[in-house]
Amino acid sequence: MMRAPSEKRTSLSLYLHFPFCVRKCRYCDFLSAPAGEEARQDYIDTLCAEIALRGEQCRGEAPEAQIVSLFIGGGTPSLMSAAQLDRVMETVRRSFSLLPDAECSMEVNPGTADLQKLRAYRECGMNRLSIGVQSLHDRELALLGRIHTAAQAEEIFRAARDAGFSNLNVDLMSALPGQTFADWKYTLETAVSWGPEHISAYSLQIEEGTPFYTMELPPLPAEDEDREMYHFTRAFLAEHGIFRYEISNYAAPGYECIHNKGYWTGRPYLGLGTGAASLFGNCRFHNPSDYALYKAAVTNRDLPALMCEKTALSPQDRMEEFMFLGLRLTEGVSERDFLGRFGVPIGRVYGEVLEKHLKEGGLEKKGERYRLTEYGKDVANTIMAEYLL
Amino acid sequence: MTTDKYRQLQERTRNFCIVAHIDHGKSTLADRMIEKTGLLTSREMQNQVLDNMDLERERGITIKSQAVRLVYKAKDGKEYLFNLIDTPGHVDFNYEVSRSLAACDGAILVVDATQGIQAQTLANVYLALEHDLDVFPVINKIDLPSAQPDLVRQEIEDVIGLEAEDAPLISAKQGIGIEDVLEAVVEKIPAPDGDAQAPLKALIFDSLYDSYRGVIVFCRIRDGVIRKGMPVRMMATGAVNEVTEVGYFGPGQFIPCEELSAGQVGYFTASIKNIKDARVGDTVTGNERPCAEPLPGYKKAQPMVFCGLYPADSARYPDLRDALEKLQLNDAALFFEPETSLALGFGFRCGFLGLLHMEVILERLEREYDMDLISTAPGVVYKVYQTDGTMIELTNPSNLPDPSKIDYMEEPIVSAEIMVTTEFIGPIMQLCQERRGRYLDTEYIESTRAILRYELPLNEIIYDFFDALKSRSRGYASFDYELKGYERSELVKMDILVNKEPVDALSFIVHAAGAYERGRKMCEKLKEEIPRQLFDVPIQAAVGGRVIARETVRQLRKDVLAKCYGGDISRKKKLLEKQKEGKKRMQIVGNVEIPKEAFMNVLKLDSGS
Repeated sequence: MMRAPSEKRTSLSLYLHFPFCVRKCRYCDFLSAPAGEEARQDYIDTLCAEIALRGEQCRGEAPEAQIVSLFIGGGTPSLMSAAQLDRVMETVRRSFSLLPDAECSMEVNPGTADLQKLRAYRECGMNRLSIGVQSLHDRELALLGRIHTAAQAEEIFRAARDAGFSNLNVDLMSALPGQTFADWKYTLETAVSWGPEHISAYSLQIEEGTPFYTMELPPLPAEDEDREMYHFTRAFLAEHGIFRYEISNYAAPGYECIHNKGYWTGRPYLGLGTGAASLFGNCRFHNPSDYALYKAAVTNRDLPALMCEKTALSPQDRMEEFMFLGLRLTEGVSERDFLGRFGVPIGRVYGEVLEKHLKEGGLEKKGERYRLTEYGKDVANTIMAEYLL
Repeated sequence: MTTDKYRQLQERTRNFCIVAHIDHGKSTLADRMIEKTGLLTSREMQNQVLDNMDLERERGITIKSQAVRLVYKAKDGKEYLFNLIDTPGHVDFNYEVSRSLAACDGAILVVDATQGIQAQTLANVYLALEHDLDVFPVINKIDLPSAQPDLVRQEIEDVIGLEAEDAPLISAKQGIGIEDVLEAVVEKIPAPDGDAQAPLKALIFDSLYDSYRGVIVFCRIRDGVIRKGMPVRMMATGAVNEVTEVGYFGPGQFIPCEELSAGQVGYFTASIKNIKDARVGDTVTGNERPCAEPLPGYKKAQPMVFCGLYPADSARYPDLRDALEKLQLNDAALFFEPETSLALGFGFRCGFLGLLHMEVILERLEREYDMDLISTAPGVVYKVYQTDGTMIELTNPSNLPDPSKIDYMEEPIVSAEIMVTTEFIGPIMQLCQERRGRYLDTEYIESTRAILRYELPLNEIIYDFFDALKSRSRGYASFDYELKGYERSELVKMDILVNKEPVDALSFIVHAAGAYERGRKMCEKLKEEIPRQLFDVPIQAAVGGRVIARETVRQLRKDVLAKCYGGDISRKKKLLEKQKEGKKRMQIVGNVEIPKEAFMNVLKLDSGS
């Protein structure tokens, strides 16, 4: 079993963005688009150049930093050839201090991989895969615009196991257009029967600018159905030893995603690749989303151009983030941590609103931790908005 | 100046105003007259000089009286001084109209050639005649294809009884016939009378506060002369001040001059710091040689509509007070006093001449003073007769005594004239019926138009009567009213409870027969206005502790961003910030967040549908 390396002052995460896919899914609003092999190769070249550049930056600004987790997301990173991934990982190892037990995840689309490729990925150093299954009904997969079937998803899961991955996530989506409770239950039960260590289950969110936003769709499940699916998910997975540790994330004990947990607990991370966001040196910034601008900045070793919308976090910003990110976690936020980080008791900053939420039933307190109740999770935005100062 | 000079000036002066129904072209005509007399070239002239408040221009109404002096060279070869005094057109501002009329000797009546006589045409003509003004009509908008000048001319003669045979046919917009109007002013409006050698006697018809010069007093000189350095006395208050400046009104500016003599209209300043020392309607005289008798003043305007005004940000209470004080300097009809609401905190109970007056004040507060306001249900003044024989005038429903102490109540009733084309008589009568109107009679002006006369409770027309009237007559009905008196009525106080707590700002007095309907509608409307909270929120309407209607705002079921990764925390924060912004526009009542607009929105019950 993999154990989370203890959080240190020197812990750093890396996110690598791969903005290409075979075909854009209809609900996707991430920075991603289909492209030819040549464009992908060019991108990998630029990405590797950035990794090297950022490595230098990191050695200068945070020489002690050690990479505890690395995550390759997209897009569809599994479009990368084994050779490309090998080069990326080699560059990472050369440029950063990657801990030997660091969690190295990547997203895999079942329509783009096979046993051989996954074996090669494992050899490159990846030790966790997040498989984009989404649904186990072909009808739903077609509606979403996915490029694979339910059968292919199961095959890839088996292949991942055969390739030696002992830490697998299955990505699922609930509250799909036309989806019934029974539909969702089948997807969830089937996925669990494969025995994954981790499940991410998101309610579909229809974003502006995606085809879903404008196209005619079967009716979305009503709020109450959506919540029924959500509450069933928690109960059902818990029966199978997979416990919710964040609003949409479930894991067998010890398999909570180290990388994502970092986002919710304020661990610094560098985002590499087009548009990728970073939290580094107490600042938030992101890379240019436009590839040409991004490539130019990397080629010119122009670090300021690789820090768009750079914002230094004030103590107030950090308190807000501590709250609204921390409350996403099942364990909630700790009074002691708050005091330790900010030097003021949580009650002095948030006493009134904490009291209100405890009284209204959105929040509960266990020991020295505040956390969302079941209902609080349903209306998390409403609650979290009140922790903005 | 010699006596002859004064007499000549008087003979060559014309003091007049223009009266019209709203949108019949009063301000446009004023502009053309200004332009034609050469005071401004048309290029220099911004449209509608006399309406110098943004709000007025936007709504096409004139709120605050203004005046302007024009010099006109007539066909007889002589130069005439015109003092054109602008008056508000709307019924709410009758009081201000009266003030302006008192400074005039005559009036031009503008009638729209496409619409004919409307309710406010009549109301304004009657007011002018009451002030002994000589009125002559002009028929405007003759350039429009639907103009029917002959018909309108006949109507003016038949309905008002004014000679209209040689009424100028004009288009103020196109500048047609303006010369005729100017000539008619010379011929038909009498020169002012008065004796320039007699002791000073001047009527204050308006005033303005200027932080540098103090109160600027607008006056009409009846007798005598006022000049710089002269000590003057306000006859009602006895205040004595030395005149520091006299002058007349240029377009949008004050132009100082040597003196103002009998028959003239202008202003003076006298370092008057307190507006109360220069009350509108008071008579100004010389302190050394006072006149014997003051001029008859005006009746004080009685506020007819009341509501509570609260700053959305309670810290701005002092700002609201300052703003109201400043507005009051200019608008004596505005009344206010401090009040406290459990729901809304510290604010003011304000009295207005009518609903339009209220809207105008609200908009001015928001625009000119940058106030974010919450207003409570507008109401009228009720007379509450108590069992102990005393009577109280109730302006705030929250102050209604315990029902056991009330003997009976009376409400204000207005006499209303509604002018309407005959095809809409049915729907309009139905509307008046729904509003508890008492039908008096119908007068046919011509075969297709009639005046309906009704008596209506004022509280039935202050919400949305005007809108309902317009919607049920496709915009053709016009309406005017005046207070008739008080009548006994079956009135009850309706409380609105949100999450079991009465919201005092939403309490109102309603006729017993309409209570259930109103209560039900209020609850339905409020249900739409209150966003879902983290718990069920019951909304109830209650009369005397008895709940007569109920709605429930169901608990919020889902508001969660499922996916929050990829490290883009900034985006997530922006979403939460947006949500927080929304909350800022909420007022917390009990523990329920109510959007500020809700207080106003629930009052706009469209009972027409």
